[in-house]
Amino acid sequence: MSAVTDALRVAPTANPVIQSFRDSMVVAKRNLIRMSRIPEMIIYGLIQPIMFVVLFTYVFGGSMQIGGSTSATDYKNFLMAGIFAQTVTFATASSGAGIADDMHKGLIDRFRSLPMARGAVLTGRTLADLVQTALTLVVLAVVALLVGWRVGSNGDTNVGKVLGAFGLLLLLGYAFTWIGALIGMSVRTPEAATSSGLIWLFPVTFISNAFVDTSHMTPWLRHIAEWNPFSATAQACRVLFANPGQSQSDAWPMQHPVWASLIYSALILLIFRTLAVRKYRRAAG
Amino acid sequence: MPGAIYAEGLVKTFGDVRALDGVDLDVPEGTVLGLLGPNGAGKTTTVRCLTTLLRPDSGKAVVAGIDVLRHPNEVRRSIGLSGQFAAVDEYLTGRENLQMVGRLYQMRARAAKARAQELLEQFNLADAADRPAKTYSGGMRRRLDLAAALVVSPPVMFMDEPTTGLDPRNRQQLWEVIKQLVSGGTTLLLTTQYLEEADHLAHEIAVVDHGRVIARGTSDQLKARTGGERVEVVVHDREDIAAASEVLRGFGKGDTTVEQHTRRLTVPVTGGAKLLAEVIRELDGRGIEIDDIGLRRPTLDDVFLSLTGHVAEEKPEEAAK
Repeated sequence: MSAVTDALRVAPTANPVIQSFRDSMVVAKRNLIRMSRIPEMIIYGLIQPIMFVVLFTYVFGGSMQIGGSTSATDYKNFLMAGIFAQTVTFATASSGAGIADDMHKGLIDRFRSLPMARGAVLTGRTLADLVQTALTLVVLAVVALLVGWRVGSNGDTNVGKVLGAFGLLLLLGYAFTWIGALIGMSVRTPEAATSSGLIWLFPVTFISNAFVDTSHMTPWLRHIAEWNPFSATAQACRVLFANPGQSQSDAWPMQHPVWASLIYSALILLIFRTLAVRKYRRAAG
Repeated sequence: MPGAIYAEGLVKTFGDVRALDGVDLDVPEGTVLGLLGPNGAGKTTTVRCLTTLLRPDSGKAVVAGIDVLRHPNEVRRSIGLSGQFAAVDEYLTGRENLQMVGRLYQMRARAAKARAQELLEQFNLADAADRPAKTYSGGMRRRLDLAAALVVSPPVMFMDEPTTGLDPRNRQQLWEVIKQLVSGGTTLLLTTQYLEEADHLAHEIAVVDHGRVIARGTSDQLKARTGGERVEVVVHDREDIAAASEVLRGFGKGDTTVEQHTRRLTVPVTGGAKLLAEVIRELDGRGIEIDDIGLRRPTLDDVFLSLTGHVAEEKPEEAAK
């Protein structure tokens, strides 16, 4: 084959943004094919949030006080926004493990020796994780409906608002997978990425309004919880779902949860994407 | 004019280990350079610097006429890399792997698909094309990896120990593939620990040790440096070693080396087959029974030993890095 036919095979140098997008989609496709060939990963990813839904609903359901009510139904309707938010953030761990795994296999040298966009390996992975997160959310929402969760249980809502809430959840999840990407770039083994990807998520998701009413917390803890980015999304979802237990606090993120959720997610995305891609470039020399 | 691969004074340190200590290379277009050396000598680091995977601390590198340090992305368009470990996604099929690589070389989807099919047939992987690569044998994975490096038929190829860990049959097969490739005009830099492999495939050999090129030349030139032919004798009885050694001393042009446990004696000579006949007569005349005798041209193992003072063996403490 001559150099001339090669030149015809290779597309002309695209605009860097288009190239970055195209390369990211190629890598995302690769990761989605992998996920479809390792279905047990998706199944394990589903078991944990479903277990949380069932355990919290039936174990804590009768004894939690939400907005002055101890009704199990109110707690159930309150809980789901928190579980959804926690579930999307847990994608961080799998994203980090996947990237750490890639970084220590020969394939990464192949990627680095190709004339592809530098951030595409990471972006492709996070996009594939986003698809998985979306699937998990769908299954989880069905389970939630089965155990009795209803939108509009505490006022009016509409399809647009409900979809908007899921949009905020996906954005939060996507932003968090970039934290995972940075962790994955920084650790030596996928196992380390999994554990260090999860450990900090417990305090972040528990010191929040996800599972309990923050008004009963010690004041300093309550402030942390109310300014926790994670709480903003949970609160925004409760508002958009019209579910009970919305925080009445004066804290800005609790008063403007949709904006707060958008701003927090955008900031996390921007900061961690920049750091992770920079680290990838450095590692790539 | 510098060759298709050119390096001058490449230095790379990792902490206090000087992995590359001023590597100079010049590979003319369309030729094969064999980079020969033990583990930890700096072969892989050299390849990683030339393929934009690592940035050298100092020095100059030009590949396919492009400055590697200044325009790494342009270099990536003109090279193919096949590494020590098969760099394929084991959950993807052979076809999916090749298509992905084609797309990332910025080929159009249709072209990438057609090229994948071509390569699968060329590398005898068509039957396994739609099976995940993890079901492939070691030899098949290497072939797939090599095919991935050839997706755009790059003018310059780098192969880092392409046959390490392969059984002899698979190694032979891969050699044939590499020879075909080179006959098409590709410039190739190949690293190897197998002296036989460099002898077989490379036009020129550069011997590396401790991050430097310590010798270069054709296989014959390097062999000539070790002093030519040797006579090798294996005696039947251990008791005859001393007597045989005395006989060889009379014919040799240097010291006789003796391996007691294998009863093997070796001595450098000049004079070829005629001399060999005389040695046999003399040994026979003294009633020394021999199991084997031969005139040996030096191997690259001998070359390495004479150049470095140590054999080309693994240095585990450095190889681990």
